[in-house]
Amino acid sequence: MISYIIRRLIMLIPVLIGMSIITFSVVHAIPGDPARTIVGDKATPAQIQEIRENLGLDKPAYIQYFTYVKDILQGDLGTSLITKQEISKEIKPFLAATTELAVVAMLIAVFFGVNLGILSAWKQNSWFDYTAMLIALIGVSMPIFWLGLMEQWFFAQELDLLPSNGRLDPRMEFDAITNFYSIDAIIQGNWYAFQDVLLHLILPAVALGTIPMAIIARMTRSSMLEVMRSDYIRTARAKGLGEFWVIYKHTLKNAFIPVLTVVGLQLGLLLGGAVLTETIFSWPGVGRYIFDAINARNYPVIQSGILILATIFVLINLIVDLLYAWVDPRIQYGKGE
Amino acid sequence: MSAHIQPVPFTKPEPPISPEKEIVESPFRDFVRAFLRHRSAVIGSVIVLSFLLIAILAPFITSYEYTARSQALLQAPSVDHWFGTDEMGRDLFTRVIYGTRISLWVGLFAISGSIIVGSLLGLIAGFYGGWRDTMISRIFDILLAFPSILLAIAIVAMLGRSLSNALLAIAIINIPTFGRLMRSRVLSVKSEDYILAARAMGMKNRRILFHHILPNCWTPIMVQGTLGFATAVIEAAALGFLGLGAQPPEPEWGTMLADARQYIQLAPWTMIFPGVAVALTVLGFNLLGDGLRDIFDPRMKQ
Amino acid sequence: MNKRGLILSLSVTLLATSFLVACGGKDPNAGSGKSKTLIYGRGADSVGLDPSQQTDGESLKVTKQVLDTLVDYKDDSTEVVPGLAEKWEKSKDGLTWTFHLKQGVKFHDGTPFNAEAVVFNFERWMDKKNPYHKGDYPYYGYMFGGFKGDPGHVMKAVTAVDANTVKFELAKPQGPFLNNLAMSSFGIGSPEAIKKDPEGVKFNQSPVGTGPFKFVEWKKNDSITLAKNPDYYEKGLPKMDKVIFKSIPDNAARFTALKSGDIDMMDGLNPDDAKLVEADKKLQLKLRPGMNVGYLALNTTKKPFDKPEVRQAINLATNKKGIIESFFAGYAKPAINPMPDVVWGFNKETQDYEYNLEKAKSLLEKAGYPNGFDVEFYAMTEPRPYMPNGKKVAEFMQEDLKKIGINAKIVTYDWQTYKDRVGKGEHQMALYGWTGDNGDPDNFLYVLLDKDNTRTPDAGNVAFYKNDALHDTLIKAQQSTDQKARTDLYQKAQEIIKKDAPWVPLVHATVPEAARAEITGWIPHPTGSDKLLNVSIGK
Repeated sequence: MISYIIRRLIMLIPVLIGMSIITFSVVHAIPGDPARTIVGDKATPAQIQEIRENLGLDKPAYIQYFTYVKDILQGDLGTSLITKQEISKEIKPFLAATTELAVVAMLIAVFFGVNLGILSAWKQNSWFDYTAMLIALIGVSMPIFWLGLMEQWFFAQELDLLPSNGRLDPRMEFDAITNFYSIDAIIQGNWYAFQDVLLHLILPAVALGTIPMAIIARMTRSSMLEVMRSDYIRTARAKGLGEFWVIYKHTLKNAFIPVLTVVGLQLGLLLGGAVLTETIFSWPGVGRYIFDAINARNYPVIQSGILILATIFVLINLIVDLLYAWVDPRIQYGKGE
Repeated sequence: MSAHIQPVPFTKPEPPISPEKEIVESPFRDFVRAFLRHRSAVIGSVIVLSFLLIAILAPFITSYEYTARSQALLQAPSVDHWFGTDEMGRDLFTRVIYGTRISLWVGLFAISGSIIVGSLLGLIAGFYGGWRDTMISRIFDILLAFPSILLAIAIVAMLGRSLSNALLAIAIINIPTFGRLMRSRVLSVKSEDYILAARAMGMKNRRILFHHILPNCWTPIMVQGTLGFATAVIEAAALGFLGLGAQPPEPEWGTMLADARQYIQLAPWTMIFPGVAVALTVLGFNLLGDGLRDIFDPRMKQ
Repeated sequence: MNKRGLILSLSVTLLATSFLVACGGKDPNAGSGKSKTLIYGRGADSVGLDPSQQTDGESLKVTKQVLDTLVDYKDDSTEVVPGLAEKWEKSKDGLTWTFHLKQGVKFHDGTPFNAEAVVFNFERWMDKKNPYHKGDYPYYGYMFGGFKGDPGHVMKAVTAVDANTVKFELAKPQGPFLNNLAMSSFGIGSPEAIKKDPEGVKFNQSPVGTGPFKFVEWKKNDSITLAKNPDYYEKGLPKMDKVIFKSIPDNAARFTALKSGDIDMMDGLNPDDAKLVEADKKLQLKLRPGMNVGYLALNTTKKPFDKPEVRQAINLATNKKGIIESFFAGYAKPAINPMPDVVWGFNKETQDYEYNLEKAKSLLEKAGYPNGFDVEFYAMTEPRPYMPNGKKVAEFMQEDLKKIGINAKIVTYDWQTYKDRVGKGEHQMALYGWTGDNGDPDNFLYVLLDKDNTRTPDAGNVAFYKNDALHDTLIKAQQSTDQKARTDLYQKAQEIIKKDAPWVPLVHATVPEAARAEITGWIPHPTGSDKLLNVSIGK
């Protein structure tokens, strides 16, 4: 197992190198000049030239690349061209904001997805089943940014029931310690803040969690149907165990791996992919951070940001794979893939 | 994000199953019968065909032009304007109708592109193995590890904001999906007895590839392609929403949603209809894809 | 048997849902009632909070509250009033300025504000060799002709005469000198705080000044919190205990937040939403006077615009009212002069060209173009503050031009390319605009219309208009430091320009903004940053 982990980690290296090269080339091929963004519209060519020299942007691309790799190897993710802040520091709250959102979205997805799936299978071919599966189908087909907009329009604007943007009422006295606001609120024992954080999470998390929820519901349903047909259940039933709970338990076990796969995959994707949800709900997350950096030609932020996200993505995949083995010892890791 | 809604079974290599046997044994008529018996496949294909018809017949469905302005700004849906009008007095029904063309066009070309490039790479990797496999698989790993929407955004930023560049970006980010699928299929088909037999008889690589392996791989690719079509439509709308896809005055659904957003207070209908159009199109392709998979892959049948 | 299980599972689901919804009630303690907190909603986060390093409005909006300048602008115009300097005098030749500072003022970190502090700040900005000169200081270089050692650098020396007197010696007289000093970029920071930050990083994140509000916290891309400075030199001010600048990028989303009371005031209102604000009793509409001008530059070096009659004809064929109603939702003033009336020195006497197509046509005939001509019409596609939709404005003008026989073809490029091409003078006629920096007429008239600024590739005068009489007037005004004399000179300059018509001045865009009805004392300033001294909730 340990040798497997090590091998997987080693395999990560060429992927990261490849990514850094692609990111670097794409980013530097984007027309436009970060120097212009820094000094503004009214800068003279001389001013721009000076800044380019200060930033090392006048050097040939390959030298810039090697400088960048050298810095990364020394653990230096670089400095934002625009804010002059260290990226490793600056990115933390953004990462935390998106992670918190993604985790809550997944919790919603798993909770509702699994239960919907089980109940629909239990009541197979009933109106409940049809409704639930229709919802699930629509759920997978929904452009989430549109869903977000509609939520915002209906729940925040028309009903004024839930906050439409941000992570917390700015009037609240609150210290961001870990930058996971729900955890921070608990640490500070501030229950109003905790409640407010949850309220702010609902709309974006539901938008973000809809697709995984739909996928999970459909998977759980088919997995449950299989369980219900199996001999094992018949035996259990014969033994007189409470039927629903037997099936519930077994389905949960059976559904675990596919659900885990969805969660793992989506969690990794959501980190960088929540940019639309973040845009709509003014969520100060990492997707928006990198998106803004692309618009401002903020090279180091784009490069390091994408590198961080990719590393996290790959690590999550690794963890998911390891969890498989832990859950289902039949799965063995020896050969390549 | 929305980019990866493909059902999970395809993300892990599946044990070899032999859909070809189903087809070989049952002629085309059986496929049609199975298809017609499959509810979601039928509904899906009806939706898809309707949108196709709408796209083709757009000029005959509506009497307005999609760029034609009028004095009726931001009017609610009425008999004259079924979906209301936008901030420039343009008929929204017309714009949504014409938007169908753009979305189907993007879906078709982007997914065809990813299928061609992805399958080719997957085929080479799976069939030849060795260093080619290693290299191509690493490329797929790299592309998959990228946050796909951010990669698409960066590509569009590099090439310039336009519909065709958005299309290209969507094609690129979907390559590994098809590539990996193709590779795993090739690997499983390759070890089938009859291929081994053909090889033992001294059949040439190319002949094996084109006459035996490829025909047995294209079904899952087609199923995945249908589902990928749905994804591409959403991705195009997402890029349009961020202002990176189709440029005004093109009536692209995502772009329309972005424009409509500032009138969320005044005219919510400008936001509702383009979104419904996206969702319906995607739903159609998802249903069709699901149905096709069930038919071709009995193991998944419930 | 299994019914119970089903019910149980269902009720768990229901419970979870109802828990989430139950939280929906508004929490009483979070309300604004007790501590007086003001939330200002805006479209983007600040880049940094050291004003001398920033050029973006979102940064300066915040630093305006934290760092004071030596002199300041009046509440509603760019007229200069005392700031940290109580009074000042200048020598006859305009080369020496002496500022007498307010006494007893303290920085937020408790250190005293005095002449040394002022000198420290200016040395830091102007001297590239200064150990604390970390960064680009773009506005310093831009307003004072470069840095120490540069040939155009205006500032010869800044010295402390005594604890409360600072002397500026200039290399040459600079008319807009006072207006420059009033810019938020030249806010005076605490030398102690700057010295504690040799890397030049921390001060940009948590500035220390003498302003009405202290910096408290910055949550990136989310909010910046400031708290009242209890030792502020104007007693009883500011009226709020706390000000929070909250970023909500989308205009419509920000407006939703305003309506639901999540924020108290906002800028960047969609012009179309202004109607909704006016109809809503809980809200009030605020109009920010625009220190900008949107214009159509006629390239005087290219045919047919080398003829003044042709240029005048285009002026006569322009329906400014129509443009403003159609594309600014009425929120703009028709431009008569190249600068707006919020800038002092504006010539009220100037007669604008009337909208008269027949007269225009006859002028064209006089100039030798009885059948009109073909022309390329450059229009920008990206929204600018002075021109939210250039392409539509161009299409609108195209119609009128056609009526007098001019066949205009609209040409567009992305903004970067557009600026390059126009700066090189490749256009015949081009929509363009300018947002003022310091509220001095020089910042409009000299920059945009003097022959000195026709140098390519970065011309500011994109009409490439060269008039020696105008040049003499502008240079005289630039080097004079007598307000009265300068006013006269600039008024004369505006007359000359009007007659030669190198432009069609189109609009000064006004920016609609909104606040909750109970907000008082907010006066949107033409520079875009308002000191929130008198703003309060209720009375």
